[in-house]
Amino acid sequence: MTETTPSLGRLTVVELRKLVDTRSGRWLLITIAVLAAVVATLQAIFSEPGDRTFANFYLVSVFPVALLLPVLGILLVTSEWSQRTALTTFTLVPKRHRVAAAKVTVAVIASVVAVPASLAVATVATAASSGEWTFHAQLLWGAALAHAIGVLMGVGFGMLLLNSPLAIVVYLILPTLWTILGATIRSLNTVAQWLDTTITTAPLFEPEMTGGQWARLGVSVAVWALLPLVAGMIRINMREVA
Amino acid sequence: MIEITHLTKKYAGRAVVDDISFTCRPGTVTGFLGPNGSGKSTTLRILCGLTPPSAGSATVLGGAYRDLPNPARRVGVLLDASAQHGGRTGREALTLACLTVGAPRGRVAELFAQVGLDERAARKRVRAYSLGMRQRLGLAVALLGEPEVLILDEPANGLDPEGIAWMRTLLRSFADRGGTVLLSSHLLGEVQAVADQIVLIHHGRVVEQGRTADLVAGGRSLEDLFLTHTASGTETTP
Repeated sequence: MTETTPSLGRLTVVELRKLVDTRSGRWLLITIAVLAAVVATLQAIFSEPGDRTFANFYLVSVFPVALLLPVLGILLVTSEWSQRTALTTFTLVPKRHRVAAAKVTVAVIASVVAVPASLAVATVATAASSGEWTFHAQLLWGAALAHAIGVLMGVGFGMLLLNSPLAIVVYLILPTLWTILGATIRSLNTVAQWLDTTITTAPLFEPEMTGGQWARLGVSVAVWALLPLVAGMIRINMREVA
Repeated sequence: MIEITHLTKKYAGRAVVDDISFTCRPGTVTGFLGPNGSGKSTTLRILCGLTPPSAGSATVLGGAYRDLPNPARRVGVLLDASAQHGGRTGREALTLACLTVGAPRGRVAELFAQVGLDERAARKRVRAYSLGMRQRLGLAVALLGEPEVLILDEPANGLDPEGIAWMRTLLRSFADRGGTVLLSSHLLGEVQAVADQIVLIHHGRVVEQGRTADLVAGGRSLEDLFLTHTASGTETTP
């Protein structure tokens, strides 16, 4: 045991372990996997034969993952406060931004790992329903990127609010509210094109993305993920831990 | 070595820690006493970099706790035994701490033996732990990196008489080997038995400070001293 600062790699391993070492953590991961498998099964049973393609199975299995990964991102941060482990964590690692950075790394790892999981689900569903093996490569990193954006928004909201139920509710309601407002109020429509992540992340699943679409995606990510992350890190660094 | 210098902490203009100064030297145990809400825990939290002070300073081993690269290696801390995830087993909680600070995995079994938690206890979830067991687990985390300083907030709470005696021996031998111990406690008899030095605070201010032997001279007990200073009847109005 040395007197050097714990490396980011070591802290990331610890944070990964925290993700799976409690029943609640394991159940969240199992729920995500089961939901992905269930929606793919439903698609295999109820869709038109022509729609039973590898790409379609993959896309439906990505959807529940995209919905729940941000919750995982939120809990990754807020459980330290709800379970009061923050006291132990930040006593062992007083440079709190390092713990926060490790949590961000874990969030990104989770979004990348989710892609092969969806591929596996799609493979089984396609084979079982004798579907067509059509696919385009952008779906791979499109999903990884969409997951990463969602889970980082979750981590950011978690860091900013430091309260599990509040962060989950705000995360789920705010963007939806935004989508509804953007769709109903005309003057907000243009703004929504730049700030509604539901709209801006949609092109990630298209074969091609235009420069304008990238720009709009970038702006929305800066506002909904980067801003909360930076503000949240500042808050965690300054906040009293009791 | 711990140095608290003119430390003040104000919340909404009200000082909960008010110009406190004291020093803890290697080889000694310091008993940090005071009624509930007198500012003990706040002082210890400031010392461990968890709460920023309003004025003054609190240093350990010559610098700020937050500047220690891997604090567990040099300073063992137990501030709240209940600050553990209830869903983790005792062994998992200690393993996480070991991984975090880079202690060898073999340390986990060693520490459980040292703090008197058996195999069955290690496998239990912390939720099912009694307060005494949590204190022992918290102490295991504090002892993890074989530190030279121990900062403990009410570590004897919830321990049975045997546990209290065990804790006394542990702290005494830690100090006798050159370690520095700062502990807060409500168990005045215990503190009197183990502490070389007493710091008594009330309403955030130091009201009595000195060597235990001097303070309890002439047949006076630490309890008499404590009550003299903290009983509401003797409070002076500013």
